[in-house]
Amino acid sequence: MKRRDFLKSLSAAGLVGFSSSVPAEAVGESPQMRGRVVMVQRPGIVDAQERADAVKLANMLDAAVERLFEEKADKIWRTLFSPRDVVGLKVNCLAGRGLSTRTELTQAVVDRLTKAGVPHEQIIIWDRRDRDLQRAGYTLNSGKGVQCCGNDRAGFTEHVYEFGAAASQLSLTLMRCTAVINLPILKDHGIVGMSGALKNFFGAVNNPNKYHMNCGDPFVADVACLPPIRQKVRLTICDALTAQYEGGPPFMPEYTWRLESLLVAVDMAALDRIAWQMIDEKRRQVGLPTLEKAGRKPTYILTAGDAAHRLGETDPMKIEWIRI
Amino acid sequence: MKISRRQFLFTAAASLGAAGIAAAAGKNDVDKLHEARYYKKLPQRKIECELCPRRCVIDDMERGYCGVRENHGGVYYSLVYGQVCSANIDPIEKKPLFHFLPGAKAFSIATVGCNVMCKFCQNWEISQANVDQVKSMELLPAQTAAIAKDRRCEVIAYTYTEPVVFTEYMYDCAVEGRKAGVRSVMISNGYINAQPMKDLCNVLDAVKIDLKAFNERFYRELVAGELKPVLDTLVLLKKQKMWTEIVYLVIPGQNDDPGELREMCTWIKNDLGPETPVHFSRFHPQYRLTNIPATPLEVLRKARRIGLECGLYYVYTGNVPGDEGESTYCPNCGAVVIKRFGFSVLSRALKDGRCVACGRAIAGVWS
Ligand code: SF4
Repeated sequence: MKRRDFLKSLSAAGLVGFSSSVPAEAVGESPQMRGRVVMVQRPGIVDAQERADAVKLANMLDAAVERLFEEKADKIWRTLFSPRDVVGLKVNCLAGRGLSTRTELTQAVVDRLTKAGVPHEQIIIWDRRDRDLQRAGYTLNSGKGVQCCGNDRAGFTEHVYEFGAAASQLSLTLMRCTAVINLPILKDHGIVGMSGALKNFFGAVNNPNKYHMNCGDPFVADVACLPPIRQKVRLTICDALTAQYEGGPPFMPEYTWRLESLLVAVDMAALDRIAWQMIDEKRRQVGLPTLEKAGRKPTYILTAGDAAHRLGETDPMKIEWIRI
Repeated sequence: MKISRRQFLFTAAASLGAAGIAAAAGKNDVDKLHEARYYKKLPQRKIECELCPRRCVIDDMERGYCGVRENHGGVYYSLVYGQVCSANIDPIEKKPLFHFLPGAKAFSIATVGCNVMCKFCQNWEISQANVDQVKSMELLPAQTAAIAKDRRCEVIAYTYTEPVVFTEYMYDCAVEGRKAGVRSVMISNGYINAQPMKDLCNVLDAVKIDLKAFNERFYRELVAGELKPVLDTLVLLKKQKMWTEIVYLVIPGQNDDPGELREMCTWIKNDLGPETPVHFSRFHPQYRLTNIPATPLEVLRKARRIGLECGLYYVYTGNVPGDEGESTYCPNCGAVVIKRFGFSVLSRALKDGRCVACGRAIAGVWS
């Protein structure tokens, strides 16, 4: 089956589209999308004041998803999400303005979901804490319109979900969602090496602090395998307009670089494998040791690709990295 | 011992009312920060926590493993100072401390958080919770001491979760308690570094340590911790002359190997002394260890026999009300010096810390 048939297969199987039920199989495990990562780069998208051009950014997003699925953008969004879905947008806001998922990108996603028929009230922008969201420029909302809420307000399940070494209570926002769009950023992480697609789901559990040992391996991969996470994530759009190669997770402007890119994939492990390469490459350029030599090799990414986790392709030779 | 939130609010509110102190339960205010005592600053606004053997290195805006300490711009803060999530009045026997003021009432408090992650934790809803998840009540140290005194509690017990992670609060409560004539006991896993433990020894009156097994594998796989630092703490407490009792939760098939129990009891006798009380406690299926049945009574009795055979004087069975292993026997003449049922003291044959029958000194803090 060709990749462009992927969306058709999803609809036919009732995994997404007009079913609002949680898919039995994780979309991220689809063989057609395995190992496929699209990177769209637009020099000049960020101005001198660090503002992104919202229109150009939305165009970047369309270009990326169209190339990823080999289909028209409108159709992609309509096929991936149904008007009955409750769609969680898992942003990453820990580092505050400067190194959080840009509101312009999140807005572009909201616009496309709306166009696909998902009502505003069924779109939830979410992260760990209300104050993190606010510091990153989001407006909290639990009334009419697009929802925006931290886990500290939404709360967590009573049930403890387990996979491998992970045992966590999950965000009630995640539980309310039938689908999740993962909107991480690309940055260095002082303990686990780097933070991208997989690590973003530390913001879905009550106890991320328990998972930093051994460079987060296997914890990051285990958390991503907790069934409600694994089954709901349909797409990852990594905001790499500004990326950080050292000093993370907090925002340290002196270690950022303008990548002016979006990385888009269904396969989170493949996206992270590419992101890791990019951070290492940047570190080499500025004379820093690689993450491995710095003692924080993000081996959890490799673990995510192993037989126990099956979260995606982590062999660089088998990853199709499409740059546009 | 599991405490429901309702039970806590009821007890704590009653206590506060009695002490005439106004406080209200409500959403946590994590902005009430209290600078941590044991940490060092690192480059790039990182810090290294020096409170427990994990020595977490924590980036700006992140929390340590225990989840209750947060780095703000290179300054490390406790998020739980004075934020009490559980409070109750328990008999001291429930801690359990059997050789420390028998029959005393202990004002027992906890904040959220723990520096290990036992798969069999009985209070996991608060020990493993995120600070934002559990409602707490602000009780500053002077208020805590005042409540204990008002409710005629001889002791404040820092318990239920892991008091190491709220050490600054525990220390200050103990200081206030002393001023009010109330003693302090720490009910702990012993996973703490030497300096903070030494400092606590200046203000505590007794410590109970949960020794969870006598092998590193168990600590690694079921506790997410290490054995060695716990043994170091026990030796340190002995050197500091702190009254210390040990609890060992016997989990079938996991830490009940007779050879290993013998090895442990021999170590306790040699390195801590035969007077150290050891409680072999019954496990009940909990949290992530629900596939293992409760400890058979015979296994507990066998563990107790091993302890006695190894030369320990005071070996108990725990969580088995009515068992003969609940009472204290004179190591010289065998007379029952304290008869217990569950957490109740039924009778005492102890005068000035000595066995009434033969006059032998019984180790402990009796007054
Ligand atoms: S007390 Fe908490 S932050 Fe400090 S080293 Fe221990 S687990 Fe880490």
